[in-house]
Amino acid sequence: MSEASYPKDLLYHQEHDWVRLDPAGEWATFGITWYAQDPLGEVVFYDAPEVGSLLTKDESYAEIESVKAVSDVFAPMSGEVIEVNSAIADDPGVINDDPYGDGWLVKVRLSSVEEKEQLMDSAAYQALLGQ
Amino acid sequence: MSDMASAETAAQHAAGELGEEIIRPESPLGMTGETPQQRDGAVTIYEKSKPGRRAFFTPASEVPEVPLSDLIPGQFLRSNPAKLPEVSEPELVRHYTRISKRNFDLDSGFYPLGSCTMKHNPRLHERVAALPGNSRLHPLQADDHAQGALELMWNLQEALGEIAGLPHVSLQPSAGSHGELAGVLLTKAYHEDRGDKRTKVLTPDTAHGTNPATVTMCGYEVVKVGTNPDGGVDLDDLRAKADDQVACLMLTNPNTLGVFDGNIEEIASIVHGVGATLYYDGANLNAVMGISRPGDMGFDIVHFNLHKSFTQPHGGGGPGAGPIAVSERIEPYITRPQVIREEAEAGDQPRFVLDYDRPKSIGRLRGFQGNYGVFVRSYAYIRSLGAEGLRQASELAVLNANYLLARLKEEGVAEYLPVAFDRLCMHEFVLSGAPMKKELGIRTLDLAKRLLDHGYHPPTVYFPLLVEEALLIEPTETETKETLDLFADAVADILREAANDPTIAQSAPYSTPVRRLDEAAAAKTPVVRQPL
Amino acid sequence: MSSYTAATEQDIEEMLAAIGCESIDDLFEAIPDGVRFKGALDLPAGKPEQEVYAEFAALAARNTSADDEVSFLGAGMYDHYIPSLIDALLTRAEFLTPYTPYQPEVSQGGLQVMFEYQTAMSELTGLPVSNASLYEGPSAVGAAAYLAKLANGRPRHLVSRGVHPHSRETLQTLAVGYGTTVEEIPLKDGITDIEALKEMMGDDVGVVILQQPNFLGSVEDIRSLTAVAKEHDALVVASCDPIPLGILEPPGEMGVDVAVGEGQTLGNRLDFGGPSFGFFAAAQEHIRRMPGRIAGETRDVDGRRGWVLTLQTREQHIRREKATSNICTAQALNALAGVVYLGWLGKKGLVELGELLVRRTAYARDQLNQIEGVTALHDQPVVREFAVQLDAPVEEVIRICQDKGVNPGYAIGRDYPEFPNGLLVALTERRDKAQIDLLAKVLGEAVAQARVETGATA
Repeated sequence: MSEASYPKDLLYHQEHDWVRLDPAGEWATFGITWYAQDPLGEVVFYDAPEVGSLLTKDESYAEIESVKAVSDVFAPMSGEVIEVNSAIADDPGVINDDPYGDGWLVKVRLSSVEEKEQLMDSAAYQALLGQ
Repeated sequence: MSDMASAETAAQHAAGELGEEIIRPESPLGMTGETPQQRDGAVTIYEKSKPGRRAFFTPASEVPEVPLSDLIPGQFLRSNPAKLPEVSEPELVRHYTRISKRNFDLDSGFYPLGSCTMKHNPRLHERVAALPGNSRLHPLQADDHAQGALELMWNLQEALGEIAGLPHVSLQPSAGSHGELAGVLLTKAYHEDRGDKRTKVLTPDTAHGTNPATVTMCGYEVVKVGTNPDGGVDLDDLRAKADDQVACLMLTNPNTLGVFDGNIEEIASIVHGVGATLYYDGANLNAVMGISRPGDMGFDIVHFNLHKSFTQPHGGGGPGAGPIAVSERIEPYITRPQVIREEAEAGDQPRFVLDYDRPKSIGRLRGFQGNYGVFVRSYAYIRSLGAEGLRQASELAVLNANYLLARLKEEGVAEYLPVAFDRLCMHEFVLSGAPMKKELGIRTLDLAKRLLDHGYHPPTVYFPLLVEEALLIEPTETETKETLDLFADAVADILREAANDPTIAQSAPYSTPVRRLDEAAAAKTPVVRQPL
Repeated sequence: MSSYTAATEQDIEEMLAAIGCESIDDLFEAIPDGVRFKGALDLPAGKPEQEVYAEFAALAARNTSADDEVSFLGAGMYDHYIPSLIDALLTRAEFLTPYTPYQPEVSQGGLQVMFEYQTAMSELTGLPVSNASLYEGPSAVGAAAYLAKLANGRPRHLVSRGVHPHSRETLQTLAVGYGTTVEEIPLKDGITDIEALKEMMGDDVGVVILQQPNFLGSVEDIRSLTAVAKEHDALVVASCDPIPLGILEPPGEMGVDVAVGEGQTLGNRLDFGGPSFGFFAAAQEHIRRMPGRIAGETRDVDGRRGWVLTLQTREQHIRREKATSNICTAQALNALAGVVYLGWLGKKGLVELGELLVRRTAYARDQLNQIEGVTALHDQPVVREFAVQLDAPVEEVIRICQDKGVNPGYAIGRDYPEFPNGLLVALTERRDKAQIDLLAKVLGEAVAQARVETGATA
């Protein structure tokens, strides 16, 4: 299991999701934060969306399961799924071990990049968590 | 891997320093009589199979030995037989006898599993259920050849109706969750028959998971109602959410916190005021038999768990039965067939028949007449106890719960395991392990696992969800004061031990057939059958 | 009388003192006066064990059990012999009295039984994932329809008229909640009419539900029917009698998605209809949509083999309103009888039993079809049950036969008005040739007598 961290190069959503924007702002990678995975315990299953499905900001697009809990994953921004992290199927624990790296969930072609203005930076997110 | 290492440390520690005082080799769990080698090798019946061995010998057919393919076209026949085990009868008996000893059971020890009502299972009930007139009775036998069974069912219907305070009973549902399904479908039929399409069902946030799951299966939306500081329904929240789209409120009273909701009359009035029905989840009926009746509280539909209050043995998770009792306005819709009594001419016995002619019925929820074998056992219980005995059972269930609660409120326990709602409880109560986790570093799960080493089945843990690190404890009326005292002492012992060294509980249990199992691995790569 | 309690007067005093209450009545102070039950429940007084036994023995004696007559009743539950070792094992406290295996460290016996049971059902059905059992047969059919709803959400569910009438009625009841419609595929010559199915199929059909053998005893061409459903990507559910599965092609090998059925025939008593168990096995892709308990194999911290309840996130106690089912039990004890029974029959015994049933049933069918006033209702292949039509009022014929100690079978007219005098005749290995010959004799006499009584002419 990893140590708590909230990298400065990411944007954060209040439902404990992170966004890594590509430099051109056309697409982004989504995942869940350390804070989201910690209470779940060891992740055993990731019910991923299909490539091509459309995500709406603030709505659930996937589920993550531990042995005794199910957690909805919310879209921090809207767009179309262009890639799903298929490696998670073999090793769901990667979401615990490396939530910001190998534990990424989907890559999304953004439909409204301006939605990023509604997201938080690391400091604001940590303030939300009361840390 | 770090988990493994700490487990070994604790095991060595416990064995070396604390020795047999704590790890009781003579505990009921030591009864498996397995050597360490045997414990290491849990062997399945398939692994004992050897070609040529058998237990069953086929009777001679005595009729012409026609080739099978002359009778059934070859394309419909199986090419490879199912790989069932090949074992002798003695092996079969030994295999299942041996693995049975890897279970903890109610006959061997205290089982205070909250909301499950683990009371004694009288063996008389097994004997009467096994009478050939019951156990060998075909479900489609003509009514006139099943008068004893139909009369028994009718008597049970009458008795359950009296206990619920509601006039009509359907015995058909097979479990509590099945009774809930019946109840919500009845609610739907009731509203729709009046041309009233409703969309929502209210459930308290303390409800069993079966309530919301049932609501969805019946095509309604679940709306949660909050809990007030006393552990009852938050009336303001209920008033805010009760509108003409609400079909039903599903409630357990006493609820899953062991609290009787004193506002029940007000709740019934709010719910009936918007035209909704009030559903009683009978999981906790053991607290109030002959003391308070759901029908008198204003409930329209009640389900019973015959495997809880009425002593059907749990069987390791079934069978049970979940009959329902309903009010007059719900009666036209109940499941079919129903047992009815036809009054006889003077001097003759009344006749009992299965009535299918129920045009407004929601129909069937299962095959045949329900779990009759369970009805026999539960009716035998009601006949043994009578009105007085049932009331006494509930009184002593509540006395035992309050006594155990008082023992667990003593110094040395209450600081770490405070009661969630501090008042007199009904038949069960909830403690919170939150301070224990913070002060001693052991979680409710660790306490539960350490109780196994003391020879007890743990209480229900992590339910209700509302209480952090919850322990839901239901001792039932059939336990002695001495048992309750020993259990309270064991909890205190474990807390003292944890204050000294939390790693012991954190890695418990030590004396069971297996120790903590890797549930994450089981869920990640499910192995749900043996490859053969 | 006894409430199976132990508290003495002294215990009660001490316990109340520890609680800080004067009387037991004080413990119930939270119950408002308006909802207190005053007086005593109107129930007969309790009585001692020996008197309860006598009362129940007298009631049971008023039933005609399968020991009291030569019975050819089937139609979903069958009078197979139950080996004595099942009685011995099922009354062991270690199996009879525990709760669901919530604490796996002290429930390995029950969990291993579930795993062995799942393996056996998977073998029988040819499908990789079995749960640990459901309530019983028809409700398992209803649960399979819910899986289809979760899997594809399509609104139309088709069910063959050859499916047990109780299963069809259960489906109708549940469909009101599921928001689906249930339509019946007609029968033709005793089997599901494949041409009618083709007409009814469409991309809005979520599931096609069949039964093997069907209610009239016929072996269905499951493979061909499944192929029709699959042209529209509908799921296929087959409700199966598990004993014929010993010789019939397993549903999983014919493209069926979910196999369910009534498990009573596997070592469970008739019990006037329950408790028994329902089995539920599915293709791998549906593993996370399965209803009910599932045991899975794993290891403990010391590396020992063990079993746990697994994939629990499907279930109501975790997923609540989004659960795959509201069920929270298996029929563990009944499923134990099932797996012990299958172990007793063994790999060869199950096949031999199936072959015996086919031959004796063929013989019985031949004998009955030779009777004046008895004609075959269909001539499809059968395993253990077949249907005939009587040229006489069937209820009257049954009554005459029962007076002579033979129960000739089940009158299907209530469920199939198109066959008002249809009779469904079932066999098990307990019905030997002499009993079959007795049936033919008694039925022949009864039909003749009933025809005279009702004025029918030969």
